[in-house]
Amino acid sequence: MSDVVLETKGLVKHFPITQGIVFKSKVGAVRAVDGVDIQLRRGETLGVVGESGCGKSTLAKLLVGLETPTAGSINVRGEDMVKLKGAALRRARRNIQMVLQDPYTSLNPRMTVGDIIGEPFEIHPEVVPKGGRQRAVQDLLDTVGLNPDHINRYPHQFSGGQRQRIGIARALALKPEIIVCDEPVSALDVSIQAQVINLLERLQDEFGLSYIFIAHDLSVVRHISDRVAVMYLGKVIETGHDQAIYEQPTHPYTQALLSAVPVPDPRLRGLRDQIVLEGDVPSPANPPSGCRFRTRCWKAQEACAQQEPLLQIRERSPHPSACHFAEIRDVVRGR
Amino acid sequence: MDVLPGVDARAPLLEVNDLHVEFRTGYGVAKAVNGANFWLSPGETLAILGESGCGKSVTAQAIMGILDTPPGYVTQGQIRYRGVDLLKLPEDQRRKVRANKIAMIFQDALSALNPVYTVGFQLGELFRKHRGMSRADARKRAIDLLDQVKIPAAKVRVNDYPHQFSGGMRQRVMIAMALALDPEVLIADEPTTALDVTVQAQIMGLLADLQRQRNMGLILITHDMGVVADVADRISVMYAGKVVEEAPVYDIYARPAHPYTRALLESIPRLDMKGQQLSVIRGLPPALTDIPKGCAFNPRCAYARDACRQDPPPPAYQVSVQPHRTARCHFFREVLGE
Repeated sequence: MSDVVLETKGLVKHFPITQGIVFKSKVGAVRAVDGVDIQLRRGETLGVVGESGCGKSTLAKLLVGLETPTAGSINVRGEDMVKLKGAALRRARRNIQMVLQDPYTSLNPRMTVGDIIGEPFEIHPEVVPKGGRQRAVQDLLDTVGLNPDHINRYPHQFSGGQRQRIGIARALALKPEIIVCDEPVSALDVSIQAQVINLLERLQDEFGLSYIFIAHDLSVVRHISDRVAVMYLGKVIETGHDQAIYEQPTHPYTQALLSAVPVPDPRLRGLRDQIVLEGDVPSPANPPSGCRFRTRCWKAQEACAQQEPLLQIRERSPHPSACHFAEIRDVVRGR
Repeated sequence: MDVLPGVDARAPLLEVNDLHVEFRTGYGVAKAVNGANFWLSPGETLAILGESGCGKSVTAQAIMGILDTPPGYVTQGQIRYRGVDLLKLPEDQRRKVRANKIAMIFQDALSALNPVYTVGFQLGELFRKHRGMSRADARKRAIDLLDQVKIPAAKVRVNDYPHQFSGGMRQRVMIAMALALDPEVLIADEPTTALDVTVQAQIMGLLADLQRQRNMGLILITHDMGVVADVADRISVMYAGKVVEEAPVYDIYARPAHPYTRALLESIPRLDMKGQQLSVIRGLPPALTDIPKGCAFNPRCAYARDACRQDPPPPAYQVSVQPHRTARCHFFREVLGE
């Protein structure tokens, strides 16, 4: 398909666990991302959800090139980012930028806002000629709804929501096609969240951006995403259009996750199908054999320990689901 | 157990009346709480809802008597437990109220627990200090408590240190510690904010069970309107140190009476529907050193007019008597759509 802007195939990232100080030997690996295939189309938002430790932030770092994958490929416009080097890699990286979670630690307190947003131009001088940079930064400030006259202020002079806007302006500076947002609103207050979400949506329409939107808040992901991928222990276990995932989930983990999210409507109290999972997520250094969810799953049988279920369309799952016993169950709306 | 002098069993379990707390800092006086009013009955869950900086945690600290002084001072108001004003008690009696009558769980269990002592030691300490038990007895009680909060293999885990527990398990330890001396009031300050949703569901379920068994009053401090809708009986919404609306949970979600509550409800995305554009509350919460004149919400309010900029609304307009509802807004009828 021509409108696919980003595609990963078999993306893997293992972090080695070593023993010893002088003679380090590898004794194992944390399988943070363990074979992820995703596709992102032009102008769409792909939501990635999962609990902490499921590998969603590592995935984000791999996509923007902050980590080198152990295996697999990341195709952006037909070029494999993993294989690119030197000038070609630098040019390709312009196209995929990132917005980070914490607007307090992701901006250098000793740099002015103008320097922060303008720094990408130092690294990629061909984008805007030197004379036009201040103008370009002021335009960016205006685009994200900040006062262009505040270009010489420092991050501490801004509130949390405004700082996140600065982070977004920095990501927009190089006119990328793809922005990876790693928990962009989870550090913000409720009344500020909506402002930033609306800004991201407006920018998407204005510039035709594609987003990878990573978050643990399933309500926010539903609001902003066109398609959703659910991750568990380094793997995508279910993926599909937002309506398919939220209204017809087929993987037991997705069902449990959705049923655990409280809905702000007291009339639904006690009417929703609540699945409370036992225990915690197993360690990614030593994931269970076969299906990784089987240790917490109420449907688990012998086959689940033997054979790993593949992410595919199944008889009872109209969208790809990695469960031998996938079956639709609506857990979000009241009975 | 020692009985506090003046305890009246017929008086409300907990009553906070016109509470004012301020922080005297080098940059000026930050007015964190500016007249908070609410009450709590046994077996009831009261949610205190608000954004960061609205004074909800400071109110909890004032009730517990764990406010950092200086810089924090309670300047006005009463906190009554069964009719006894806690603010007038000497420190040694205050200490007996803590844990015995009113207990608290904190958001971040890892920093609330002491990393150099085992969980069993920290739990047992309550029984040794407050009940004068021997080490062996205290340990038995600690294991018993860990069982009650459903920590598997409590006999073994009692010897573990806090870092050996997962986030959800640590929060269970915190709950066990708070419930050790059978308090009548439990204050939970953002108990599940740091946890994943599946673990959040476990912890909220556990809290609800324990509350039912003990007929405990629960104050749930949170910013999460989903959690509130699931568990609360009544809600107090706080803004800039004041309770701006107080109502039973069903009424507040169906028909908010304060513009701030209404705007909050309209600005959150929902899991069960794909919304249109989210409506936005313009501007920012006020700096506590410089709270706007009149109604504190007026610069952000869609209903604001001259009266709101001049006169602060009185503590509570009676919105309805049955059910009991109040709102701190001159134009609450308009907000209700009457």
